[in-house]
Amino acid sequence: MKTETKKKNGKPLSIKDFKSDRNVKWCPGCGDYMILSMMQKTFTQLDHPKEDIVCISGIGCSSRLPYYLDTYGIHSLHGRAPAVSTGLKLANPDLSVWVVTGDGDSMAIGGNHFIHACRRNLDINIIIFNNKIYGMTKGQSSPTTPLGMKTKTAPYGSYEPPFNIGELAISAGATFFARVPDKSPQLLGDVMMEAYKHKGTSIIEVLQNCVIFTDGIHEKLTDKETKDENQLELKAGEPMVFGKDDEYGIQIDGMKLKKVRLDDDNNTNTLIHDPSEKETQQHVALAKLQLPDFPVAMGIIRNTESTSFDEQLHHIIDDSQKNSKYKNLEDLFHSGNTWEVK
Amino acid sequence: MPNTKSKMKMRKAVVRFSGDSGDGMQLTGEIFSQSSGSAGNDLTTIPDFPAEIRAPQGSIGGVSSFQIQIGGTEIYTPGDEVDVLVALNPAALSANIKFLKPGGTIIADRDNFNKKYLKKAGYNENPLDDGSLHDYQVVPAPASSLTKDALKDLGLDMQSVSRSKNMFALGIVYHLFNRPMEPTIDFFEKKFKGKPKIIQANMRALKAGYYYAETTDVLPASIVIPPADLPKGTYRNIDGNTAIAWGALAAAKKSNKKLSLSSYPITPASEILHEIAARKDQGAIVLQAEDEIAAISAAIGASYAGNLSITSTSGPGVSLKTEAMGLAVIAELPLVVINVQRSGPSTGLPTKTEQGDLSQALYGRHGEAPMIVIAASSPDDCFFYGYQACRLAMEHMTPVVLLSDSYLASGKSPWRIPSLDELPDINISEFNGNLEDWGPYLREQKFLNRYWKKPGEPGFEHRIGGLEKEDISGHLTYDPENHEKMVQMRQDKVNRVAKKLPNQEVTGAQSGDLLVVGWGSSYGAINAAIMELIEEGHHNVGFTNFNYISPLPKNTADIFDRFEQILVCELNKGQFANYLRTQLPQFAYDQFNKNQAQPFFTSEIKSEILKILEA
Ligand SMILES: Cc1ncc(C[n+]2csc(CCOP(=O)(O)OP(=O)(O)O)c2C)c(N)n1
Ligand code: SF4
Repeated sequence: MKTETKKKNGKPLSIKDFKSDRNVKWCPGCGDYMILSMMQKTFTQLDHPKEDIVCISGIGCSSRLPYYLDTYGIHSLHGRAPAVSTGLKLANPDLSVWVVTGDGDSMAIGGNHFIHACRRNLDINIIIFNNKIYGMTKGQSSPTTPLGMKTKTAPYGSYEPPFNIGELAISAGATFFARVPDKSPQLLGDVMMEAYKHKGTSIIEVLQNCVIFTDGIHEKLTDKETKDENQLELKAGEPMVFGKDDEYGIQIDGMKLKKVRLDDDNNTNTLIHDPSEKETQQHVALAKLQLPDFPVAMGIIRNTESTSFDEQLHHIIDDSQKNSKYKNLEDLFHSGNTWEVK
Repeated sequence: MPNTKSKMKMRKAVVRFSGDSGDGMQLTGEIFSQSSGSAGNDLTTIPDFPAEIRAPQGSIGGVSSFQIQIGGTEIYTPGDEVDVLVALNPAALSANIKFLKPGGTIIADRDNFNKKYLKKAGYNENPLDDGSLHDYQVVPAPASSLTKDALKDLGLDMQSVSRSKNMFALGIVYHLFNRPMEPTIDFFEKKFKGKPKIIQANMRALKAGYYYAETTDVLPASIVIPPADLPKGTYRNIDGNTAIAWGALAAAKKSNKKLSLSSYPITPASEILHEIAARKDQGAIVLQAEDEIAAISAAIGASYAGNLSITSTSGPGVSLKTEAMGLAVIAELPLVVINVQRSGPSTGLPTKTEQGDLSQALYGRHGEAPMIVIAASSPDDCFFYGYQACRLAMEHMTPVVLLSDSYLASGKSPWRIPSLDELPDINISEFNGNLEDWGPYLREQKFLNRYWKKPGEPGFEHRIGGLEKEDISGHLTYDPENHEKMVQMRQDKVNRVAKKLPNQEVTGAQSGDLLVVGWGSSYGAINAAIMELIEEGHHNVGFTNFNYISPLPKNTADIFDRFEQILVCELNKGQFANYLRTQLPQFAYDQFNKNQAQPFFTSEIKSEILKILEA
């Protein structure tokens, strides 16, 4: 990582430096705006200079984002952004690579690339804009559409079990997973910064509101009245408590998590959040907590250390170059059986 | 020891080694091709292995063969008909006798022509004894038992002893062709370094075979093939897949770029991935992707990052890559997509050859998405065209399809090892103006290339992608005129590459009655046919083989104009002929097509040409 280069003409970078000259064209009120501005804000704080930041997207409303960011970027193909980033990051591991994708983009057509990005632990940051619907193509079901929800392709209500992105990502090997509502800018900014620092594939699921097709879908989680009871904001090293007055806690019951009302003799067993735990079991259980029986876990659920794929590959390349029996290409070409024609 | 038998001078000869999969026929063939190369012969080889990984021993399905044509003139194919057939068991004889010329020589391991193996191969009688081979010269050598004798005090296990009989057979072939054994013994010492018993076993078996042939007079005469007149230099044998991989490495080196390869395994292209994966020792950055879509997507990412970026596959994989090829076209990024064609459609005959993907290469994308298309024509020229594909992609900021096929991929021919200095320079357009005047779709005017600015270059931050761009600025636009302009621009970019291409050349008559046209790997068979026709006094037929397909070389029409009739030969239903009909509609094209998932034979091309000439 480079330091002291984040300045432009000696001045620190501002959000303006990351705004492109293009008009942002999402629907007014779309949750995408907040994510864009938090990315711009986060980028002013990175150790990477502006020219080393690359934003790669797939196809969808959300995937238009790179055009609004004044960085290097590729608006690629539906579902393929993780694959494009893999080639890019391996080609130049010094870059800070940010993938922007939708729930349809990453979980349906791009599901294969998504799980393999998680498995490989490439040092990139994937932000999934989860509005639980296909926005751009006007309202079809996505793999995260809840059971029973009516969409253009499920006019009688969705009957397909949805993916839980956290469960999928962690099970596929993601070393960093966080979930944030688009209405929590502070948390979003913090999570982006942590994802940036984390070496390996970082997945951020943003619960994003689509004002056109799924307006209010995350309301129970984000509404002032119900937020405290319905969100479990996880913090490393702190007990898993929630509610207006932290009156609830998460404890363990056999293999399962349970929600308890805390009182004097029932607060010693409350779990302490450890995002760095290598075992995936508890992180998956946390990612799966659902309303109405449980609050939904927010913040960084998993953040474990492991060698990144790009580091690993370049290590092998450096080593094999050092130990090669061929000094150069010509040496290779002349290896094996050769003969002279005079 | 000098060979004292009567000598028969031949200009070329075809030898086919065949035996059970476990008999080491490929290695035997390789060793013979090295010794032929060292003897100054030109050559072309082709392996023919069973489709199953482990077929039952002694069965016809388990026969593994290796064919080589060697010559004192230039050799373009592994040969149609075989002069010398080595058959280590009855199944090998049964499977291969159809290739042998009348009067040809059979070297058989008589020890293996026992009841058990004869039955497995479907023989009721022993063909070595029943007179059924009277059209051929049969050498029924007791290879297994003599090898066993020769190796008896070495203390090797039975299996290793039995395996060495291939070298006994090779010894007989060496005697037949007057080959010195020393270079091969040196080779054993190198290859089996640290295993003195194996070196000894191979050496003794080889010598035993050689001296057996010498002392027993089993061979009617010995064959002398004079050295071919090849350009000076250092040579090695190379197969098409290795040659492509090395061509790409050379292009990376010459252009001072890192090489990125991302591919998904598929027959017959996997060896390109294997070879470059091993070339991490030359700095290659290799990704085995989760599928072909990921492979090309990653390749696009690597290209945007500023690396020489390639992806290798075969037809089914190209089908998956087509959407991303369109992205590379509109993003105007350099990228090489290598298609080692196999027989289709669908899984088709995955181990067999065909030129069936030309239309896919030319047209297989949605929208107007022109790409450069190049085809290699021999195992060794895969190096040059691999290099050229990379060079043109980078110099013209456009994706390129390089076509090879399974015939080139597994065939081998001698390759004169070039020095990097003699390869054409790679000149990538550099932007030298002011930053204020720059835009991601700003172009130099001669070839219309945009400039390759990569992440890490301050001030040049820009976005590319699949949506139509305004020229110069790269801004998204739905403007109708702009789209028209950009569609034309992308076509012109490909068309202008023709300015750089060498002139198309004609072999044989430069004008006259008939022009035979081929492309890619049909070159060998057609060229051999033309050479024979010229020698036989046909001076009214010319031949031209295309490596540059899109765009076509500038002088193509001039050449076509000089002949009365044009015959396009290809291993498909006429895809190149159809392409020529759209590109140069002023000419009429006759077709000669073969769809047997096999390469052309020289003889069939020749008789087709004769039919036309005599009509
Ligand atoms: C190969 C391909 N198939 C289908 C489409 C059409 N398409 C564009 S965006 C999209 C869905 C996007 O949904 P999501 O990823 O949830 O993003 P959102 O628009 O909601 O941000 C689809 C199906 C396409 N562009 N490419
Ligand atoms: S359709 Fe929905 S997701 Fe798309 S821009 Fe509008 S509000 Fe946002």
